[in-house]
Amino acid sequence: MGLFERLKQGLSKTKKNLVEKAEVLFLGRNVDESLLNELEEVLIMADVGPKASAEIISTLKEKFKKGELSDTVGLKNALKEEIKLAIQDGSGIKITKERPYIILTVGVNGVGKTTTIGKLAWRFKNEGLKVILAAGDTFRAAAIEQLEIWAHRSDTQIIKHKSGADPAAVVYDAIMSAKAKNMDAVIIDTAGRLHTKTNLMDELKKIKRVINREIPSAPHEVLLVVDATSGQNVIHQAKIFGEAIGVTGIALTKLDGTAKGGIVIAIKKELNIPVKLISVGERIEDLRDFNAEEFVGALFG
Amino acid sequence: MFEALSEKLGSIFKKLKGRGLLREEDLTAALKEIKIALLEADVNFKVVKDFIERVKARAIGKEVIESITPGHQVVKIVHDELCSLMGGEDNLSLSQRKIHLSPNPPTVIMLVGLHGSGKTTTAAKLAKGFKKDGRRPLLVAIDTARPAAIEQLISLGSQINVPVYGTKAGDSPVRVCSDAIKKAHSEGWDVVILDTAGRLHIDEELMKELDDVKAAANPKEILLVADAMTGQDAVNIAKSFNDRLNIGGVILTKMDGDARGGAALSIVAATGKPIKFIGVGEKIDLLEPFHPERMASRILEMGDIVSLVEKAQEAIGMEDAIKLQKKLKEDRFTFEDLKDQIKQIKKMGSLENLFGMIPGLGKHISRSVGTVDEKEFIKIEAIINSMTKKERESYAIINGSRKRRIALGSGTTVADVNRLIKQYLEMKKMLRMFKGGKGPGLNKFKFPDLNFFRGRS
Ligand SMILES: Nc1nc2c(ncn2[C@@H]2O[C@H](COP(=O)(O)OP(=O)(O)OP(=O)(O)O)[C@@H](O)[C@H]2O)c(=O)[nH]1
Ligand SMILES: [Mg+2]
Repeated sequence: MGLFERLKQGLSKTKKNLVEKAEVLFLGRNVDESLLNELEEVLIMADVGPKASAEIISTLKEKFKKGELSDTVGLKNALKEEIKLAIQDGSGIKITKERPYIILTVGVNGVGKTTTIGKLAWRFKNEGLKVILAAGDTFRAAAIEQLEIWAHRSDTQIIKHKSGADPAAVVYDAIMSAKAKNMDAVIIDTAGRLHTKTNLMDELKKIKRVINREIPSAPHEVLLVVDATSGQNVIHQAKIFGEAIGVTGIALTKLDGTAKGGIVIAIKKELNIPVKLISVGERIEDLRDFNAEEFVGALFG
Repeated sequence: MFEALSEKLGSIFKKLKGRGLLREEDLTAALKEIKIALLEADVNFKVVKDFIERVKARAIGKEVIESITPGHQVVKIVHDELCSLMGGEDNLSLSQRKIHLSPNPPTVIMLVGLHGSGKTTTAAKLAKGFKKDGRRPLLVAIDTARPAAIEQLISLGSQINVPVYGTKAGDSPVRVCSDAIKKAHSEGWDVVILDTAGRLHIDEELMKELDDVKAAANPKEILLVADAMTGQDAVNIAKSFNDRLNIGGVILTKMDGDARGGAALSIVAATGKPIKFIGVGEKIDLLEPFHPERMASRILEMGDIVSLVEKAQEAIGMEDAIKLQKKLKEDRFTFEDLKDQIKQIKKMGSLENLFGMIPGLGKHISRSVGTVDEKEFIKIEAIINSMTKKERESYAIINGSRKRRIALGSGTTVADVNRLIKQYLEMKKMLRMFKGGKGPGLNKFKFPDLNFFRGRS
């Protein structure tokens, strides 16, 4: 199965919910105000959120009033365009010339940070890069062991301290080790934390300061991992993590499970933080660069 | 950026309250706002639609139009409907919210849910609760799929001194749990808690595995562990697990965040099953019973006063509370009292949880003042300890040289001492305001000690 096929398969639930629902809705209907209102409901049900949905629909309503949407085929294309426009310039992860390239991974509890790191490490390794993982989640029981297993699976190195250790110290050691061994990338795991816990957000700031002191241009990527199953709270998460440590991109996980992927649209529309990675399955190869064209394409088959 | 549900409703109702009579168009406007607010709070769209219909049907009748204070009426109707939607007392009795124990032990409890929803942590929390009740729980790790899942449970078990049965990754979950139950029988463990692997509700193969585990373990309770931040899909998730396994109830985790509880409404509406507990933190004792009334109040920004009062009473004791009230009335609040207050707050558990329960205050506090950590308390206590009795009673005598002495004695700086005095004064000011009922939404709140931290920026 090709990568595109797999993406499509992973997103089949989303497609089913969003696109097919829209198609059923369109069946035998003329484009009118009430059809557009019903379409808004479909968007909301896909976690696009009331605000972003209203924006998309009001644009479509304007087009309709101008006589640009004569039938449901035209409406479908216009919807597709709107969504594409909203999520455009989400780009994949790119490792620039900086060495070592530092990726800091953050997010609330249980979103899939460690798994995403494992998959990313595996991908970099396959691209011929030398990667170190930093076991910065020293809080959750067996988090270090979990990352160790991923290090083993992806055949990458890991720097770890004991459970309960200062995560900033782990990060420092990982950077020193990466410099000494001329590694290409350091991917830092951190403990899940709710964005409302100020002391835990301060801990992240400290980690960032330590990185920044050792490599002034780093971290080169601050990746906020977001669970696609969660709803509008994600916008709070992205906003507050962003204010605290400057999020540069979002990794959206568990897109194979939730029947919706619409939060992608809300995130980009409201915060302008690009989605860089999406995860559509549990296998090590199921992490993909986000690509708006492909995403919408898969959505609309 | 969206506002929290309760804030939005608060501002709508303020508008309504200002008017004498409620016109139909006012109601329609308010309901539209309520609808958006509920959607932003992640209540499922269909649930919202039904909810709005019900409120409308009740509000549009004479009941409201003829009432002198229609705004209050609408608030009450919305509140009541929220309660009943979440299984208010009349829909689901309190006993249904408890965990059922089986007459012939061991009682087997099975936790299921999506990846990362909080099953393993919750398993340990439940075990700790049972232990406190004098039972002999056994934790069983049947997540043989996720890396280090078994180690995670073993580590949690050892923290609370509860044995963990789990073999190695790759074992058959059915075998492991059958063996564990046998072991429980022969060794006298009376509650067996099964921690299953996270799975998607649409993953046929893994859902089938749950069927098999259920058949082998014959659990008394199957509990769905769900994340409070879940979006529109909460309905499908809950429905799938319930249709398949006939769950006994739900545990909603990560309620210590700022998720407004939309998932709670959706899940109960979809399954009719009660939410039994809520997880309010990562530590193993942060599990609380779910109260629909309190949850509805919290959503409507009435604050979780009941929980707060209960906690405070536990820690403070009635007599002290009355003494404090008297002092406040007479404006005789001293550094000595402040020290006592800190001691009591420390007894009451995590500050963030407490702040979250204060009406109209929780949100602001957690932003601007949430940085107060336990270390800060130690500092404050040290400074007060270095004061003489006189200084504690009347701050006004603390001059420059006294400040230096206090700083030296407490291992802090003069700036620290100055800050504490400033905070103390601000607190006194707040307390006076509070007495006069001028505080924003604080008029019902009787434990002003916490307001102290508001002055810190
Ligand atoms: N803040 C907060 N975090 C929680 C709560 N319950 C669980 N967590 C955290 O959520 C994350 C996931 O919890 P786990 O208990 O590992 O979840 P799980 O469902 O067992 O996960 P899998 O077995 O991987 O499917 C961890 O970081 C926990 O510490 C809660 O009530 N509040
Ligand atoms: Mg688990």
